[in-house]
Amino acid sequence: MILEVKDVTKLFGGLQALNHVSFTLPEGQILGLIGPNGAGKTTLFNVINGVFPPDQGRVTLRGEDITGLPPYEVARRGLARTYQVVRPLADLTVLENVMVGSCFGRHCYSLHQAAQVAREVLQQVGLVRHSALPAGSLNVAEKKRLELARAVAAQPYLLLLDEVLAGLNPSEIAAMLDTIRRIRDTGVTIIMIEHVMQAVMNISERILVLDYGQIIADGSPQEVANNLAVIEAYLGDPKLAARLLTG
Amino acid sequence: MTLWRRPGLWIPLILVFLWGLLILVSGLDSMREVTFTLMMFATLAASLNILLGYTGYVSFGHIVFFGLGGYTGFYLLSQRGWPLSLAAVSGGLLSAAVAGLLGLAVLRLRGAYFALATIGINEAARAFISNFSPFGGATGLFVNFSYYQSYGGAGRALWLTFISLWLTILLVTVVSYGVKHSRFGLGLMAIREDEDAALVMGVKAPQAKTIAFVISAFFPGIVGTLYFFKNGNVEPGDAFQLHMSIETLVMIMLGGQGTVSGPLLGAVTYQGLRGYLLTSPLFKSLHLAIAGLVLLLIVLFLPAGAIGWLRQRFQGLRRFLE
Ligand SMILES: Nc1ncnc2c1ncn2[C@@H]1O[C@H](COP(=O)(O)OP(=O)(O)O)[C@@H](O)[C@H]1O
Ligand SMILES: [Mg+2]
Repeated sequence: MILEVKDVTKLFGGLQALNHVSFTLPEGQILGLIGPNGAGKTTLFNVINGVFPPDQGRVTLRGEDITGLPPYEVARRGLARTYQVVRPLADLTVLENVMVGSCFGRHCYSLHQAAQVAREVLQQVGLVRHSALPAGSLNVAEKKRLELARAVAAQPYLLLLDEVLAGLNPSEIAAMLDTIRRIRDTGVTIIMIEHVMQAVMNISERILVLDYGQIIADGSPQEVANNLAVIEAYLGDPKLAARLLTG
Repeated sequence: MTLWRRPGLWIPLILVFLWGLLILVSGLDSMREVTFTLMMFATLAASLNILLGYTGYVSFGHIVFFGLGGYTGFYLLSQRGWPLSLAAVSGGLLSAAVAGLLGLAVLRLRGAYFALATIGINEAARAFISNFSPFGGATGLFVNFSYYQSYGGAGRALWLTFISLWLTILLVTVVSYGVKHSRFGLGLMAIREDEDAALVMGVKAPQAKTIAFVISAFFPGIVGTLYFFKNGNVEPGDAFQLHMSIETLVMIMLGGQGTVSGPLLGAVTYQGLRGYLLTSPLFKSLHLAIAGLVLLLIVLFLPAGAIGWLRQRFQGLRRFLE
């Protein structure tokens, strides 16, 4: 198992953002994490990568207990993530942004090696011709790619993607999915939070559904799409429920 | 990479070297005095830039390291008879050590809270030193005239002080460049842009910030020792002047925060302007207000500073202007 989340609970004041969440993830999978807004998906990422310690429960990465470690320690152990709201290092160039990822990721590369890795990754995500531009000058779709490139450049074992498809048009989505598949094919395990149902149903081998901080379903895309509890969770948004069913 | 392929380093180095050499060859006391002040502020600006420009932490009270290091160095040479070079380096080391201790605590604060905390530290240091009898309390310390004799008289001692400062500014230029072009420097700049994102990407921000703070405190300690030795005395009122901190910030902003040569250029430009304002009776009492106005104008219209603006405007210059 590359990741084990055991009985994780996270409270924000009186709000139970995560409620006894447990799951395990074998190597090489793409796991889709879905659920209504405010279900606790991003919070789960934050707990896994050390942004917040959980109030209860353990997180184990590749057999090592990483509960409560600061995010930079988690990063060095081979876990990278993207942010739902992109966070480019605006005044640094695109290349430098990605170099931060590779310099301080799993391998602690020197600047020279990091630049090399960064160029390869930029090639892979199709940003190489923007290498010398300040990251702040990219458009939204490009910033999403940069966010992904930075995480990939860390050469992680496990990659957490938080709504990388949000805000992209259909052709950009197709290109992004293609990139994600290729990353998976290099042996990286991926958890992706996604609202674009068709896409996530399509790309994931397994889906985890979170609702009010609880896992309400865990299975193959087909199983989850036919799960009554899931449909109910999405009832507030019938269109989404319909899309799930046809997904 | 070899030195000649790094024009961003050797251009400022050669200019500063020639500048000092010119003054040395001229042998004029008046030139030496003017240049001493310029180089002093340029060194203070360049070292603060490592924290402000690279790391993005605004230290308003940074002059505390000039004061504490200067006091320590001056104490060692005037009361203990240490040679100037050793005393100056010790002053720098003391400042660096204090920054290391304080850094762990105050660098948890972000933005305005950090800036305010540094002002508090400066005022606390002033109050402490004013009551610290080994450092002469409120009256401060003097250097005994006989001390100069070991340097062949006061005149030679002043030239020696100048040469020491000249070496210090060359060193701070090399360190600025070295930090900017290192893995460590990349981590600092990531912190400046978005500290939380940097942490998540694996940058050990607490350590990196503290090291940046330590480096940026070291040079002011040396400069302080040299300055007070040149004056022959030190007292609390001279050592912890908040307005010097603020003027140093203006210099950095003027020349270009986060660049290697910007703080040097900004210091020289600002001091030139200030010198003019101080001799003009109309502006004499207004120079701080004018400094504030300059800062406001820079922040509004030229946030990258002069060097930063040139780098943005003329991409071809980037290699030469760091
Ligand atoms: N840092 C925080 N402080 C307080 N409440 C938070 C914080 N982060 C998230 N929450 C709350 O936790 C719940 C889950 O949020 P989140 O994990 O962002 O949901 P999702 O990503 O599934 O849309 C929401 O009610 C949100 O308001
Ligand atoms: Mg979210």
